[in-house]
Amino acid sequence: MIALENHLPVLQVVVPMLMAPLVVLLRPRGLAWAAAAASSLMSLVIAIQLVAGVLSGTDYSYALGGWEAPYGIELQVDDFSALVLLLVTAASSIALLAGKASLDQAIEQHRQPLFFSAWLLVLAGLAGILVSADAFNIFVFMEISSLASYVIVAGGTDRRALPAVFKYLIMGTIGATFYLIGIGLVYMMTGTLNLADMELRIHEVADQRPILVAAGFITVGLALKAAVFPLHVWLPNAYTYAPHAVSVFLAACATKVSLYVLLRFDFVVFQQNLLGHELQFAAFLMPLAVLAILVGSAVAIYEYNLKRLLAYSSVAQIGYILLGASLVSIGGLTASLLHMFNHALAKGALFLAVMGLAMRFAQLDLRNLGGAARHMPWTAAAMAVAGLSLIGIPGTAGFISKWYLVDAALDKGIPGLALVAVIVAGSLMAVVYIWRIVEALWFAEETENTPQGVREAPAAMLALIWLAALANIYFGLVTELPRELATVSAESLLGHLP
Amino acid sequence: MNPQLLILAALGVPLTGALLIGLAGRLNDNLREAITLVTAGLLIACVWSLLPLVYGGGRPGVELFEVLPGITVAFKVEPLGMMFAALASGLWLVNSIYSIGYMRGNREQKQTRFYVMFAVSLAATMGIAFAGNLFTLFLFYEALTLSTYPLVSHKGDQKTVRSARVYLGILISASIGLLLPAIIWTYSVTGTGDFTAGGILRGHVEGPAVGLLLGLFVFGAAKAAVMPVHRWLPAAMVAPTPVSALLHAVAVVKAGVFTITKVIVYVFGVDFLFAEPSSSWLFYAAAFTIIAASLVALRQQNIKRLLAYSTVAQLSYVVMAAAILKPLAEVGAAIHMLAHAFGKITLFFAAGAIYTASKKTELGQLRGIGRRMPITMTAFTIGALSMIGVPPTAGFVSKWYILAGAFQADNYVAIATIIISTALNAAYFLPIVYMAWFEKDNTPPDQAHGEAPFATLLALSITAALTIAFFIYSAPAYELEAQLVRWAP
Repeated sequence: MIALENHLPVLQVVVPMLMAPLVVLLRPRGLAWAAAAASSLMSLVIAIQLVAGVLSGTDYSYALGGWEAPYGIELQVDDFSALVLLLVTAASSIALLAGKASLDQAIEQHRQPLFFSAWLLVLAGLAGILVSADAFNIFVFMEISSLASYVIVAGGTDRRALPAVFKYLIMGTIGATFYLIGIGLVYMMTGTLNLADMELRIHEVADQRPILVAAGFITVGLALKAAVFPLHVWLPNAYTYAPHAVSVFLAACATKVSLYVLLRFDFVVFQQNLLGHELQFAAFLMPLAVLAILVGSAVAIYEYNLKRLLAYSSVAQIGYILLGASLVSIGGLTASLLHMFNHALAKGALFLAVMGLAMRFAQLDLRNLGGAARHMPWTAAAMAVAGLSLIGIPGTAGFISKWYLVDAALDKGIPGLALVAVIVAGSLMAVVYIWRIVEALWFAEETENTPQGVREAPAAMLALIWLAALANIYFGLVTELPRELATVSAESLLGHLP
Repeated sequence: MNPQLLILAALGVPLTGALLIGLAGRLNDNLREAITLVTAGLLIACVWSLLPLVYGGGRPGVELFEVLPGITVAFKVEPLGMMFAALASGLWLVNSIYSIGYMRGNREQKQTRFYVMFAVSLAATMGIAFAGNLFTLFLFYEALTLSTYPLVSHKGDQKTVRSARVYLGILISASIGLLLPAIIWTYSVTGTGDFTAGGILRGHVEGPAVGLLLGLFVFGAAKAAVMPVHRWLPAAMVAPTPVSALLHAVAVVKAGVFTITKVIVYVFGVDFLFAEPSSSWLFYAAAFTIIAASLVALRQQNIKRLLAYSTVAQLSYVVMAAAILKPLAEVGAAIHMLAHAFGKITLFFAAGAIYTASKKTELGQLRGIGRRMPITMTAFTIGALSMIGVPPTAGFVSKWYILAGAFQADNYVAIATIIISTALNAAYFLPIVYMAWFEKDNTPPDQAHGEAPFATLLALSITAALTIAFFIYSAPAYELEAQLVRWAP
């Protein structure tokens, strides 16, 4: 077992990646799902061990095939990657476990093995991005996860997913290509792909034009993948028409992995080397973050489709994460990373509850959800709890990150007050759109479109929905774990600044 | 029983009650109502058994979680919160008796949801009363707003839902937009939000920032209905009358003025604010609200709307008294919360009884109603006299202390405001009393009616008796609240 401990970073990728082709062979009913869920859970266990390891100070650095960095490919897990790994594997596990009934509805029996195989590839790709310390390796895993995620988004019976996924594919490919162009230019100038090595070598050529161009390409490419406003247009439809379990998985973590790469690249490689980069970084991303918060929330207010409403809310929440990062301070980055964690909790729980609702209400239109709470009180209550967390009501996880964000903004003096106003305005708009959901579920009368014989979501699904909802309250009151991970990560990211 | 457990029980009892009420609602209505009454009785037992301890100078507390470093969910019982909790829990029992008569008499829908949410909002009220720091206070303040929404929108039709949205919209946006930033500001300059005798802000904030911070607190706690954030209160009158009576005359609105008083006494500190000129605007804002709301009340034709505007004015009495920033005035502020509660709940009970018996809601319909409903209208008269502040009613006691505080501060604006508003109160309440007793009944014979159901009459007789009893015997309340300002060296 001791030997296995050292291989945890690579196992995080190897387990789902090896299981993916095997799952295709599992034809008997339900077996593919069971295998996928089991390997996803195993990934979660590995991630938990990694988190425990980094919290106790272990440095996970893994030379693939025994080839030492910078010549070989290096895998590395620190607090930041452990935090996001935990999110990714937990989201995948809970989405798979809770989503069995929903996926059975959405995907024909004979296509399920292929679907679950693609799911595991997404998981392997996302985990691969997070454990890689090598720029090109990140690109490879990014492509694996993206290509597989196009498959699972379009995997359902909803034909509207196809144009949505086509848009996603085009924009995702442009983003990945930009990123590739960027690292190509950096490689040309420095001759290395290892991030730590790059950080040292880029210093000598920092004033060369190709490096500046590379910084631009990489930032924009990753911003596209992370659905940073105004490059978010692929996201709402992709989330809306994907099978519900896929929405849970992707909404909770997919964009956050791209944000992870964006922050890591910018803070580790560029910040201290390019003259005035942190100013440019802040000046570029802060207005986008503010716009994302305001525009995303405003659109969500007028949206009637429940899933699309939540998707636009995600655009706004990505804005909060970026806003924290663009403050380029310990407080701001901590808030940003905490919000990654807390938003994943809130949005994951919301989409889980949506999945529960969708079992009975095929049309997730706010105007047709009247009486839902009467027939499905538990699902509706879980949605309300998760919604409160999204707004940032005290006692829920969402409040903690907002508190940090406001605190960090206040440190910036008078301009900070304007940012506080933006955060407050965004929260108030969240009150409005969440309240529209609550009203539709709890207080609206049943219409003629209400399906007959609606009953509560399946018990197993309901239990996991509530697990996620209660996690929002638990992490709103007992905040030590995410706080410590976020603080240490923020310090190590900023440690690269001069 | 150990006081820590009692504090937690004060939260746990109504919540458990809510759960049981919800379960019993599917079985049997009588069982459901019995659980409500038993829960209310148990809550009184828990809360009131803390009284002797606090009265004797004890300040029991309990800390639950540390959410962030320095930010905890913690409770601490002090005189102001003790009084608020004792008041709300005591009146909940009376109000539950009334609710049973009212809800059955009017054959209201969704009664189980009504009783469940009522119990939940009482739990939130207890949390506000016992909160040991700003964070905990805010937590339960929001819980109270959310848990009362289903009660306000109870009827469920378009008009009601629109009013309920105004209610929720103003309360939530003010609390998130103003109160929360004020709390974060306080934490970030002082590193704490604990309610501490003498205040915590001295030396951390100065100059105009004090006035600004005070403004964020006062308008953020929109439940206190200081103009211009008072609009939610008339809107909330679409709720069934028991909700207006207990929540929008006692628990919710008092939570607002309670928050403001508590912030003035325990966060700013009375002496610190008195020495800081930028805080004096609050006094004028409250005085303006008193006069303006009374003038608006004068023009109302609907009984409940008139009572709502009267409440807006009376709440600002508390805020103004607290803003006089003299020991006796602070005591007067605390006592006025109590005195106004007895009188106003009686008035609402009477309005609800009239509605239950006759479906009358407008002032013009009340001619000669005193002869048809003598008990109800006697109680109404007592409540009205208490609003004006005439002896022998509770309203006289608190006005006495507020006036005494104003003289302590040589604050003639306050004295003038109280005199003018007393005249205005008389001008809108006395005509109703006159009309009810001395004018000729114009009810068509086919709409003849008598008194409301027994349960409602019982409840309003109890509160009317309390209104008079408080005039005769208010010494314990004074003794308790005097501790608020006695910490001063």
